[in-house]
Amino acid sequence: MHLFRHYLKLALRNLLDSKVLTTLIVLAIGLGIGASMTMITVLHVMSGDPMPARSARLFYPHLDVGPANANFDFGRAFTWSDVNNLLRAHRAVRQAMMAGGRVVISPGEQIKPFFSSGRYASSEFFAMFDAPFAAGSHWTAKADTNRARVVVLNSELAQRLFGSAAAAVGQPLRIQDQEFRVVGVLNDWHPVPLFYSASGGAYAFKSEDHFFLPLTTAMDIKLRPSGEACWGGGGYTGDQCTWVQFWVELDTPAQIDAYRRFLVGYWREQKMHGRFPRNLPPDLYGLMQRLRLKHLVPSQVTLQLWLALGFLGVCLFNTIGLMLAKFLRRAGEVGVRRALGARRRDIFAQLGVEAGILGLAGGLLGLLLTWFGLWLVRQRPEAYAQLAHLDLTMVLGVFVLAVVTSVLAGLLPAWRACRIPPALQLKIQ
Amino acid sequence: MRLPPMIASLTRHKLTVLLMLLATAFTSAIITNIASMVAHRLALLNAPSGIDESSIVLIDSAWIKTAQFGSKSDRDFWPEYQADLHALRGAAGVKSAAVVNGMPFWGGGSSVGVGTTVDDVANAPVYASAFMGGPAAIGTLGLKFVQGRNFSRTDYVRGGHEKVAATIISRALAQRLFHTSHVVGRLIYTHAQKPMRVVGVVAHLMGTSPGLGAADNEYAMLWPVELGGNSVTFALRTAPAERAQVLKQAVALLGMRNPHRIFDDARTFTQMRAKYFRRYSSMVSLLLATGFGLLLVTAAGMAGLTSFWVQQRTRSIGIRRALGATRVDILRYTHLENLLIVTVGILLGCVLAYGLNLQLMKYYALQTLPPSYLVIGAIALWLMGQLAVLAPSLRAGAVPPAVATRSG
Repeated sequence: MHLFRHYLKLALRNLLDSKVLTTLIVLAIGLGIGASMTMITVLHVMSGDPMPARSARLFYPHLDVGPANANFDFGRAFTWSDVNNLLRAHRAVRQAMMAGGRVVISPGEQIKPFFSSGRYASSEFFAMFDAPFAAGSHWTAKADTNRARVVVLNSELAQRLFGSAAAAVGQPLRIQDQEFRVVGVLNDWHPVPLFYSASGGAYAFKSEDHFFLPLTTAMDIKLRPSGEACWGGGGYTGDQCTWVQFWVELDTPAQIDAYRRFLVGYWREQKMHGRFPRNLPPDLYGLMQRLRLKHLVPSQVTLQLWLALGFLGVCLFNTIGLMLAKFLRRAGEVGVRRALGARRRDIFAQLGVEAGILGLAGGLLGLLLTWFGLWLVRQRPEAYAQLAHLDLTMVLGVFVLAVVTSVLAGLLPAWRACRIPPALQLKIQ
Repeated sequence: MRLPPMIASLTRHKLTVLLMLLATAFTSAIITNIASMVAHRLALLNAPSGIDESSIVLIDSAWIKTAQFGSKSDRDFWPEYQADLHALRGAAGVKSAAVVNGMPFWGGGSSVGVGTTVDDVANAPVYASAFMGGPAAIGTLGLKFVQGRNFSRTDYVRGGHEKVAATIISRALAQRLFHTSHVVGRLIYTHAQKPMRVVGVVAHLMGTSPGLGAADNEYAMLWPVELGGNSVTFALRTAPAERAQVLKQAVALLGMRNPHRIFDDARTFTQMRAKYFRRYSSMVSLLLATGFGLLLVTAAGMAGLTSFWVQQRTRSIGIRRALGATRVDILRYTHLENLLIVTVGILLGCVLAYGLNLQLMKYYALQTLPPSYLVIGAIALWLMGQLAVLAPSLRAGAVPPAVATRSG
């Protein structure tokens, strides 16, 4: 410990001795760490779990109903008839169908009509996804069957239309020139990315649902859902058009197995009627698996990450070179210390401490640069940009990466320096 | 200046020279690829859409269904739109006006599978953007024909697009489908029952969502439809300087004609294009910043190592000066030495650049690295190297000959 303090003192003095080299090393480490941590943070927030508490229990059945020659995955969504069959079978703990949509909301005299995007769903949606209510509650299964004109609002829309969540419940609201009744208001619920929606890419990070109403009601008043993928005629309610999403909740491995068997059974039965010509057996994706399959992280982000890591690599080479210069510069001093009895190990340890201190300083600069880099990212137009914030894990990550980098970078120069023979240096002196 | 002594002197610093070489090689490999990526994006950013962009403004319009129109969702609004267009054409500054559905840079929108036979559509469809527009749409947008003609009065259909029998296509789509642009009179099939006949070919027409390195960016066609749907877009042609004014007036005029609709988005074509390409232009700045950052860090490394060498050689520089070498000789030596290292680094970097390019091409929309970019990268690195060693070499030049007489 005492020795370590001595090394620390020595290191600090040496660092201040050659200011230019010290500055250049700290700059190189800081820039490399700043660039790479910025991109690692962006990737970290983009590939996070939207529902850590429930994601292990949420599943998306995959049934590709497309034509034999299709080169598109029609299993991303369901046809209207398939989703109704699965919903009616009711084989999971909870299940819900859903589709995105855009409607005109006409609140009355004070506020001009406006477009709003939301979701058409079935009643178990809220319980399955654990959506918290600020006031009122979700609609019932009976409302699904009766195609009731009921709507659940998110907190922002309720605030905008009625002033508060409590004031909204029970109020009438004109949606697409139909009279609806507000039955519930959600409490600040923003899953990011919007995992249950069909949309992939950037859209999943910027969109949110402002309202929710029964999908059966939406069909009844002909509200057009978004995201149709069709391969023939018959319109969106036909058998050649997929657009509905379907999620199930399964709590135990036994339930998961049973549901898989049920899906295979359904698929076999439908095949006998000449459907599912692609012959791809059904599958059951977990939430995180489904997100990975949707390729939510744009390739641009991973490309930026590779660029940043390449940048870090170049910074590392330069740091090694600069540290080598810094340590060998003191060859004379090292030679004298060796002649006075310092072991190689001592020299190595002392220089290692110095590299660590340089790393900490570089990490501090890197943290500032990461913070600045993320601020820059937030100024960018991409949908994910708003997510780019530093959390504690990432701040710690910055320092770990910086110190590890610089100690690694210091290894070679320190090894080279501790091999300086004592006698030779003394001779020159 | 002879090379052998210089190389001999460098071999005494094997480790530092190796590090400098590696830093140069990686920097060169990365900035060469960055330059190519930037150029690739700039090419897309500047690609023509075929539309006379600087004269066009667009207004999205959607009806709010009210009792006035009944709650039938299939109501045909074309008569209202016709009256709107008549009023718009009379407005100050408006040269021509049309109702359209879909535009280049719309983002999203529908693409339609087409082919030259029924089997093609079923088995190997080519996906193309389909833009629909009423009379005057082609003239308003300013599309340039390379073959054929505009739609005639009788080509226009009402209501659904299933009845469309005539189409105008882009030259790129003609080439893709028929391997020639002389395609007037040929038939194109879709999922609809009847094929449509090509009546004209336009030089350029960008699809709804052009992307980086996509071959189908210009696969687009126009359908003659008198749109009567709930939501459409008004396209107006005006003088570039009057766009903002015309946009404001037109929204006010349309709103006055019937208050039961929403004008969700009113913008110039230029604004729409810029918004669509924003992520590409921001990527360009990010790439450039990375490139400059790399050069900066490597320059810092070089400056540091060179000043270390100069310090180590102070005595021998003094001896050379004492033996008659001029200040310029010393400067020249340092700069030539850097040039030598950087050149070897660049050669190494060329190999790395192609390796990196091949790897990246597997996963990202990247073009093959054109050799000219290696030259650009080389020039950038040579300049950087020479600038980086300027300070240390000046210090070397300032070493007085008297140093030779001192020991240590």
